[in-house]
Amino acid sequence: MSRLIEQVFLPAFANELLGRRHDGAVMEVAGLRLAMSTDAYVVDPPFFPGGDIGSLAVNGTVNDLAMCGARAVWLGASFILEEGFPLESLTRVTASMADAARAAGAQLVTGDTKVVPRGKADGIFVTTTGVGLVEATAEISPASVRTGDIVILSGDLGRHGIAVMAARGTLGIRSAVESDCAALAEPVLALIGSGCRVSCLRDLTRGGLASALVEISEASGREIGIDEAAIPVCDEVTAMCELLGLDPLHVANEGRFVAFVNAEDADRALAVLRGHPVSAGAHVIGTVGNAGGSGVVLRTLVGGQRMVDMLSGEQLPRIC
Amino acid sequence: MRFVDEYRDRHAASRFAAWIARAVTRDWTIMEVCGGQTHTIVRFGIDQLLPDRVSLLHGPGCPVCVTPAEAIDKAIEIASRDDVTFCSFGDMVRVPGTASDLLSVRARGGDVRVVYSPLDAVDLARANPDREVVFFAVGFETTAPANALAVHRASQEGLSNFSMLVTHVLVPAALEAILSAPDNTVDAFLAAGHVCTVMGMEQYEPIARRHRVPIVVTGFEPLDILQGVAMGVRQLERGEARVENQYARAVRHHGNAHARALVEQVFEVTTRWWRGVGEIADSGLRLRDAYAEFDAEQRFGHVHPPAAATSECMAGLVLRGVRRPDECPAFGTRCTPEHPLGAPMVSSEGACAAYYRYRRSPERAS
Repeated sequence: MSRLIEQVFLPAFANELLGRRHDGAVMEVAGLRLAMSTDAYVVDPPFFPGGDIGSLAVNGTVNDLAMCGARAVWLGASFILEEGFPLESLTRVTASMADAARAAGAQLVTGDTKVVPRGKADGIFVTTTGVGLVEATAEISPASVRTGDIVILSGDLGRHGIAVMAARGTLGIRSAVESDCAALAEPVLALIGSGCRVSCLRDLTRGGLASALVEISEASGREIGIDEAAIPVCDEVTAMCELLGLDPLHVANEGRFVAFVNAEDADRALAVLRGHPVSAGAHVIGTVGNAGGSGVVLRTLVGGQRMVDMLSGEQLPRIC
Repeated sequence: MRFVDEYRDRHAASRFAAWIARAVTRDWTIMEVCGGQTHTIVRFGIDQLLPDRVSLLHGPGCPVCVTPAEAIDKAIEIASRDDVTFCSFGDMVRVPGTASDLLSVRARGGDVRVVYSPLDAVDLARANPDREVVFFAVGFETTAPANALAVHRASQEGLSNFSMLVTHVLVPAALEAILSAPDNTVDAFLAAGHVCTVMGMEQYEPIARRHRVPIVVTGFEPLDILQGVAMGVRQLERGEARVENQYARAVRHHGNAHARALVEQVFEVTTRWWRGVGEIADSGLRLRDAYAEFDAEQRFGHVHPPAAATSECMAGLVLRGVRRPDECPAFGTRCTPEHPLGAPMVSSEGACAAYYRYRRSPERAS
């Protein structure tokens, strides 16, 4: 995917805002600082424990804006429906989109719908676009990350990926894990509003914690060190990862983020985040190393070290 | 989590490491046989906890890695047929044959499914009587019982549209081949605990005696590996060469009698070609004649005999522990998980993939 971005999309659309490669673009219009972000959702199955494609699509874009330090104000949504997708399912999706938008304080103000013949799509695909008002005054981006910043993870890893995999019903395993799908704007904007010096924010999505940290490390030109023992993973997710041969660092999340914060503000930042239910499990998991290097180094549970790599391709289960 | 956390305890790990450091008086080379153990070692950095005098070598125990390219070519040929639903474990679909891989067949519209159990393939055969359902039976003794059960069940149900492309391999013959090679440097083995859970420990006793080499049946968690190394070092320092059981919570001396009987009923021992290593006598399993109707090679033609490798891939040397993955000139440059030259770079059990994921120095990162 990152190769596609580098070789196809960036050269085709080259401009300064896109070139920053953040979750969304921040621009100034008539004295207002606006953030804009767009994302497509193709989750299979569309309904899963803890959420559905509708709440995912709204929260995902609200969260991408939050990672720019912005509060979502307006949302657009387009739907690609496969012929025969049940109307009552669509109603459930739109109801949960409305709920999620209301909770985020945003309005869904424009949209589009296309119906394609059976077999030309997989039930329902949703794309959302959001525009938000930036509340942060300092620039929040990988380029702002400084040596010595601490890395805070907002909660335990892997719930969304495991919930969706189990909901597909092809594993023959039932799981009590619910997706962590949630709007992250409240804790993020509270953190920024508290005056803590936040250099970078990133919500963890498909590639998990590993991809987010590797991308930030590369973009900031600094090594990031994290401690496996400090990274929270619940027993159910650990068990599923052990069974399926997955690394929790690579499993998808939809309600977690990392915040890079000046080390002097660590305690205050943790207190602010822990005051919000979606980030009550926030922990410091690592620190940013010197400039000139890049890569994520993990201190393992037993005291060794290893590099953390981005997930390459599809997560394939192991044989034995 | 119970039964996981206690085997990953940092303090216990440093106590084992300290014991090993005190016990060692000479240089020893210990090979872990199984790719799962290699993965644990590299993922947790266990080799970094050991004294310099103890070297760990990574062995041939990655079934995906030793499956010949020609068997994968056959799988691709079968999977490309319009009437076939081809089922495989996930690891196998990205491993290159001589020209392509199973994932590319799927991209071209072939019906290639990743399944978690061979019984899923039997279910597919039952539910789709108009399709030929073929399962790619890859693996060591660990996957053999489930594969045997799948064939047995298909036979009982009279499913005429189910078959298996079998490339099963066996551990003891591989250990013999490594120990008999002139460039062998292995002083002791950590044998694969799950293989012995099925097969027991008896098969290893003649090998330990004949080659004067300690063999420690070892589990897969960090403390299992450290304890296995400690037991191996203790034997070496005392001049012993026994089969010892570190993985006693799972392995009985005679293994799992029921599973062994099922494997024995469905499969028989055969000579197999190991990718990168060559032909090894009595090193694999094939379906017995009584189950020949479930043999995909009977149905779709035989796998071509392997040709000499022409690739710059040195997988054979890596699989025999003669070279470490990062000693290969193509490692991390011309050979990556996205564009692998050889199977050990693809499989999550493969030593090259483990080094690529966990050991690549930042400046080599792409």
